[in-house]
Parts: sequence; structure tokens; C-alpha cells
Amino acid sequence: MINDATFSDPARESRIFAVRLLVSVSVVIVIGILVTARYFHLQVTRYQDFATHADNNRVHMRPAPASRGLIYDRNGILLADNRPTYNLTVVTERTNDLDQLIATISSLIDISEDDTKTFKKRLRRRIPYEKTTLKFNLTEHERGILAVNGYLLAGVEISARLTRFYPQGELFAHVVGYVGRINEQEIQRIDRVKYSGTDSIGKIGLESFYESQLLGSVGTEHVESNARGRVMRILDNVDPIPGDNLTIYMDSRLQRVAYNAFKGERGALVAIDVKTGGILAMISAPSYNPNLFVSGISQRQYSALLDSPGRPLFDRSIRGQYPPGSTIKPLFGLIGLASNSIPMDYTIDDPGYFIMEGIERPWRDHNSKRGGHGKGVGLARAITESCDVFFYKMSIKTGIDLLSSYSEKFGLGQITGIDIHGEQPGIMPSRIWKKSARGEAWFHGDTINASIGQGFMLTTPLQLGVMMARIASKGKIVRPQLVKFMNGNSVSAAETAESIAIDVEHWDYIHQAMKAVIHSPRGTARGINKGLNYTIAGKTGTAQVISINAEEEYDSSKIDKSQWDHALFVAFAPVEDPQIAISLIVENGEHGSSAAAPIARLVMDAYMKSKAGSHQSIGPEALY
Amino acid sequence: MHSSDFVRRFESPGGDRRTGSSMHMDFPLLLILLTLCVTGLLVLYSASGQNMFYVKRQALWIMFGLVMMIIVAQFPVRFWERWSFVLYAAGLLSLLAVLLFGVGAKGAQRWLDLGFTRIQPSEFMKVAVPMMISSYLAKQYSPPTLTPVLVVWFLIIAPVLLVVRQPDLGTALLIFASGFYVIFLAGLRKRYLLGAALLALAAIPTLWVFVMRDYQKQRILTLLSPGDDKLGAGWNIIQSTTAIGSGGWNGKGWTLGTQSQLNFLPESHTDFIIAVLAEEFGLIGILILCVLYALLVGRCLLIAMYSQSQFGRLIAGSLSLMFVTHVFVNMSMVSGILPVVGVPLPLISYGGTAIVTLFLGFGILMAISTEPKRIRTDL
Repeated sequence: MINDATFSDPARESRIFAVRLLVSVSVVIVIGILVTARYFHLQVTRYQDFATHADNNRVHMRPAPASRGLIYDRNGILLADNRPTYNLTVVTERTNDLDQLIATISSLIDISEDDTKTFKKRLRRRIPYEKTTLKFNLTEHERGILAVNGYLLAGVEISARLTRFYPQGELFAHVVGYVGRINEQEIQRIDRVKYSGTDSIGKIGLESFYESQLLGSVGTEHVESNARGRVMRILDNVDPIPGDNLTIYMDSRLQRVAYNAFKGERGALVAIDVKTGGILAMISAPSYNPNLFVSGISQRQYSALLDSPGRPLFDRSIRGQYPPGSTIKPLFGLIGLASNSIPMDYTIDDPGYFIMEGIERPWRDHNSKRGGHGKGVGLARAITESCDVFFYKMSIKTGIDLLSSYSEKFGLGQITGIDIHGEQPGIMPSRIWKKSARGEAWFHGDTINASIGQGFMLTTPLQLGVMMARIASKGKIVRPQLVKFMNGNSVSAAETAESIAIDVEHWDYIHQAMKAVIHSPRGTARGINKGLNYTIAGKTGTAQVISINAEEEYDSSKIDKSQWDHALFVAFAPVEDPQIAISLIVENGEHGSSAAAPIARLVMDAYMKSKAGSHQSIGPEALY
Repeated sequence: MHSSDFVRRFESPGGDRRTGSSMHMDFPLLLILLTLCVTGLLVLYSASGQNMFYVKRQALWIMFGLVMMIIVAQFPVRFWERWSFVLYAAGLLSLLAVLLFGVGAKGAQRWLDLGFTRIQPSEFMKVAVPMMISSYLAKQYSPPTLTPVLVVWFLIIAPVLLVVRQPDLGTALLIFASGFYVIFLAGLRKRYLLGAALLALAAIPTLWVFVMRDYQKQRILTLLSPGDDKLGAGWNIIQSTTAIGSGGWNGKGWTLGTQSQLNFLPESHTDFIIAVLAEEFGLIGILILCVLYALLVGRCLLIAMYSQSQFGRLIAGSLSLMFVTHVFVNMSMVSGILPVVGVPLPLISYGGTAIVTLFLGFGILMAISTEPKRIRTDL
């Protein structure tokens, strides 16, 4: 201690200390000013930035999804419903090891490779703390398993949302269509604000055509959420407005009768209410389950549908273009009369073939083997027995110009304007058409081919249905329409006062000729008249799939079934007061009379019964 | 422990004897301390999401700290001067023990598990190192010559290296600073200062390459551009500056800070608590806190100035500067001008060890403040 004292010089120590302390205090003051300045900079100079950022942190605008409009049939049966589904979602910020987590989930429930792949894709476009869906449509069993193992699954949430569901399944797939996930191209054209509450959009059918009405308008909620993304309170909100509900003219029972009547055959059917143009039934068979598309169809399932020989995705009723075959004869006969090309008592002799001057090759009648329809064949017989030679001759008299211009009034060669997208216009050939499409002049041979609905002529089942409805209504411009009511308000099909001006006796003539097809003992469709308690007017048809040389004979036993002729049938009923018009095709069905007409009979029976009395009068055997 | 140490204190007439002196309390210091502690509890209540659990625990730690401070203040300064070496040696041994049997988390081994509680010896060294060096330098000629400078260097570097090994670079640097302040106040010559500065500069690349762990480098990189990794390492800084900035002049009001109440702010009741204060009480709150700190440090520096012994001067001065250093480092890291090192805001942040260590330091300051005015010749 004494030694220490000898070393120390208290005054000097204290002086040095004082100076050093002063230096330190100066440094402290400078740093203190700098640090305070930093806080001043943050809190005063940049206050606005940070105040905004703090609000952005906590206040989020959350879309309140509007529920999509429902679709009903005419009897109030649901065709498109919204159902709560449970999806497995992940908030990656709240997980520790994502791959490990997916592995854990996979060990609990079935997670396909597709699920993981699309999940990873979705992750890249995600906002922080947003839920990303790993698996859609959890079953109750899966939800149970996940709930029990919740402790293993940090960041995993089961979230409920409304998803489109089609209770009628394949029955209305082509008409109602389906919604699906909004894809890259659709994102470009939609208003993102309107779609902020949903990731679905109508893809085809009514779902697509009436997209803007079904969608409804999205509401908004300003919510305050914490750093974990949990909503603490709702600050204010604008309620969503649900989409409009649609009621369509179709009757699901009639539709089911029609669909089942195809018994697995490929084909299409259109039934139209003659008075209103409302579509009563519209079938494209085979069909598919639209529910597959709602939450994203897997590549495997999609390829299976695409590769299926029946081409279930193809809507034959509005997109299938077929030669109308003999089903065109009533129309052309009517045109022959209306244009005064032939008188009502005009007859021809049919040896079974027709030879055009200057053309070596004869046009055969379909029953040329039996030597034709004989002498004195008039228009009515030509329709009832389907005599080709009559129409060959008549068409030369009428000429393509009249046939084509009149046909257009009946809806051929153009889209009908039905309220779903994707209709094909078919072809009603004319001189102008041939010049522009083929670059060739029109020949008489072309007219002769067209006269029996072959050659260049193509029609869709819907067009033939519309044609039939306009013939049935004696010239009223019937326009096909699916939706009857929107939110309870009538959606009238564009009513036109205009009608096709043709003498009433000509209409009656054709109606009677068509009635004879079913009701006379020589009618080609007489096979369906057993037990009929009402009248049907119709016409059978056969459309060639492959062209047969005039010298050859068509023999179905020699060719593959996929090249067999298509069977067609058009009809309306009852003849006295037409209510329903039908057109249908059975692909490779060979004969309109045996393959197609019976289907029409089943559908008409069901329709007439339901008209007559209670809906229950449709027999159960017809329903299933 | 010498009984004479007690006896002499009571016998001492002390000239300007006040009530405080008899209890060995410096009342202005005590008043400021209590004001800060109460402020801290208020902010803590809000920062912990209005959780009384943390407030009660912290209040208990403060009480314990106060008791420790009062006990420490009863011992004469010379007692602490004599026992410094023992404290230092004990600290060094416990740091060794940490490396051998310590426990910890996230790859760092910082605690000793005593069974009933965990202690963090590195925190304790922030007081033991300046005490050791003050007591050593008090016996040396001032300003210190080369030999004592080298001795001091080794006294500092030994615990620093042990703490670096844990690894806890932030605390190691603070321990280094605590030792450095003593020798600086003792009058370290300018040439040594310059040499030390050059050495420090040279050490930076070495540290970066050989010593610093990836996460430490990441913190520094994050500081330079927090926006690069908005959800990772940058998250803390972005959220804390947002909290501070959005407080504006007046703040959003107590318990009404959105950043802190909605959990956007990380570590809001410990290291980042000043962001809560800044958000809820605004710049005015920050300025008031700064004034309180300034009063506290000012009082401590006065105590140092008027200390009777070289040891008293050096330890009081260096502890004051250490206190300021903690405040500055914490305020800077939370506001994004220093990398995030785990330094709590003195007297405000939640945490028992820090509170008790601080009060131990203030106990020594009170002992110095209330030591009787002696005539140097009594040595």
C-alpha cells in the first residue's frame, strides 16, 4: 500500500482523469446527438413512409367472395350448386421444413405427385403469409386424420370454401358446362378486382356464357391482422352481392330419358319447345363428369377423356357438323312448293336411279336394288318413303339459289344464336359459297348431291332442331334459348314478329307428309307408331360417313363400324298443335328409322306425359 | 471480508454528512434509477402484450437488484478494490467452465446451469473486468507505461477470447470496451491509442474471415441492406424501424402501438423494447428517455469526478461509459444503424441478469458517492 502511494501523484491522476472524462463526455454527446438524430429522421422526416408501412402491415383488404349464381332446371332441380369443400392449405412462413412437412402429410393422407407439383407452382406466385392449397376436396376421413395429427403439422390449415358442384353429373355437362381454375390467358383478359374473391371462372356452357351474371360482385373487408396473418378484427366491409340464379327451359327428367335412350351410343339430341324456342333437352353422348374440372383435373384424367374413342368432351349437339341426309327433304320439298318450282301434284317416275344429261354416272336411289319407288311418285310419297330420285329431279327445277336462300331462313348455314358459346355454323352451300370456299363454279351435280342432304351440306343437330321447330310452327322464327329466368325475371328469347311467308296449304302439305312418315304403313319411321296416343310428324335420315362409288354398294358388313352411316331423325309433335321439335343423330347408327327414331319416340312420350298430367307420370323405366 | 471496513465507515465524520451518507445511498441517483425502472415497467406492460406476468417478474428482479445495490453500497470502496482480483479470477474461471460444461441454444454456449437457475458469466465480466483493471491501474503510475499497458491488454483479452469462443461477439466487444474505458480514463498515451486503433482496423478482416460465424456476418450484411431479405434476417430491422418511424412526434399512445401489439415487432419486450416506446410515445417519449439517461449518466460522472480515490474514479467513470455504451448500442441496433447484437436497453428491457448486473454496478457507484471525504495523507 505504501508502495502504491509512492507511485501515485493524486493531483496529476485527477487532472489526467478530468481531461479524459471531458473527452469521453464530448464523444458521448456527439454520439448521443447522432443517435437522437437517427430517431428524429425516422420519426419526423420519414414519418409518413413508416406510418403508411405500419398500416400496410396491419390493414389488409380481404375480398369477400360472392357466391356464384345457381342454375336450376325448369322444375327447380339444381343443376349447378355451391358446396363447402375443405382444402388442405399451408402457410409456408409458419412451417419449419416444407419438404419434411409434405413428407409428413403424405404419410397421413394420399398426396399425389400432381398435387405436390401444382402446389410448388402456386407457391411461386404467393403473397407472404398467404395460404397455399396443397390438396383440394378433403374427405371427411382425411380431415379427421389431419385433425388428430394437428400437432405434427405447424403451418397447415384446413380451410373451407364454396366450390361448384354439379349434382346431375354428366347429364348436363355440355349444357351447363363447368367452372375451372382461372388460367394464364384468362388472367390477361379478366378484371382482377372482380375476380379477387374467387379462383374459378366459367369455362364452357352456360357457366361461360353467363359468366358475368353468375359471378356476382365481390365484397371487400378491411381487416386488421397480426404478424402471423391472423385476423384480429374487421375494420369495415362492403357486402358481396351473390350472382344471378339461372333457371333454364330444360327438364332434367326429359334430359335423363333422352340421355339414357342413347344406351351408350355416340350421338346428339336437341328438343325444342316450338312455342318459345326454349331448349327442352340437349344431349351429346357420351358425356363426362364436369365435377372433375372444378378443382383442376389431373393430366392423367384429362388425357383419358381426350383419348377416349367416344370423344366425350366434344359437344356434338352444337359443334358436330353432319350431312343432314334425308332429314332435309321436308324442307326442300317445302321450298319446291313455296317457290312454285313444282306444283303440289307434281309426280315423277323413279326407276331407282337418276341420270343427268351429259353425266355418265347415275345418281342412285337408296332403294335402287328394289328398282326404285316406281311410277307417279309425288312429293308426299317422296317424303314418306324417302325417295331420292324425286328430290334429284325437283332440285334441278328449283335450283341451288332458291334452296340455299330459303334454307337460310330456317337457320341452316349459320349459327342459331343459342345462349352458349362454341356453336358451329355448318354449311348451306351456294354458288357464292363454293366460289369462295372451293374456288370453283357450281354444277348441277352439286345441287343433286345437296338435294338429299349430302355433298357439301353440313348441319348441326341444333340447326336441324331449329329447322324442325320453324317448320312445325309454320314459319315462326323460333330462336333456341336455354335460360328462361334470371333471378326470377323472364329472359325472353329475342321475339321476332317476322315469319317465313309460305302459303298455309304448303305448310299443311308438308306436315301431313311428315306425319305419314310415322303414321302411314309405308312411312320409313312407321316402326315407332305402336301405341301412340298423339301424332308425330318426322323424317328419317342417313348420313354417309364415307363416300361410296356409284358402282359399289354400301354394305355395312364389309366396313368398320366407325365408318357406318350416321342415323338421323327429325320430328315434331303433336301434328295438330306442335309443341316439341326434336332432331337427333346416332353416329354410325346406320338407319334413321331403327336407330334414331325410337329415341325420339321415348323423349316425346316423356314430354307428352309430363305435359298431360303430373310430372310423376313419366314412368320409372323411362327415367332410369 | 474485513470487519474494519465496516467499522471505519461508521466512525467517519464525513464533513458534509447527509442522511444518504449514513445509508450509503445517493438519493439523486436512486431517484433517477427508480424513475427509469417504473418507466421500464410501464413500457414492458405494453410490450409484453399487456401481460402482467412479465411485469411482475421484472419488478421482482428490480427489487432484488435494489437489495443487491444497497448491500454492495455498504462495503467501502477499498473493499471492492481489494477484492477485484478475486472477482475477476472467479469470472474467468466461470467463463472457462462455460466453455467446458456450459449450456445454450442455437449453437452458442453462454450459460452455466447451477441447477436452480442459469447464469451468464460473460454478463458479470462487464463489471469484473473494469474493476480488476481499475484496481490494477490505481496502483500504477499515471499515465500508464508500457508494462502496465501490456498487463491490462492481457487482462482484457483473456476474458474476451473466452467469450468469443462461446461465441458471443457482441458481449466480447462490450467486455473489451469496459476494459478499454478504464485504461483510457487512466490516461493511456496517444501513441498507444493510435496503435490500438490501427490494430483494431487490422483486426477487422481477420475477424471477418476467422472468427465471425455466418449468422454474425449475415447480421452485418443485413444492416447494410435490410430490403434484400424482407422476411428473413431483414424482417427485424424493417419492422423495428417501421415501429419507430410510425410513432411520429407524439406516438400512438400507450398499448396502442400497432407494430408492437400485433406482433410485427420481434423481441418487443427484450432487446427491441425501445421500438415499442418510440411507437407508442413518439419522439417526445424518446427525448424524455434520453433526458433521464443523461441525468443518470451525468450524476454517475459527477460521482466519478468527485471520487476520492483513483480506483473510485476509474471504476465509476468506466461503469458510466459502459452504461452509455449499452444505451447507444441498443438504440442504434434497433433503429438500424448497427448490426443486431443481443444488447438490452439498460433498466428498460426485460431480463434479470442484466438488471442485477446493472444494480451491482450502481451499488459500487453509491459506495463511491458516499465514501467519506478523506484527506489523502491518511494513506
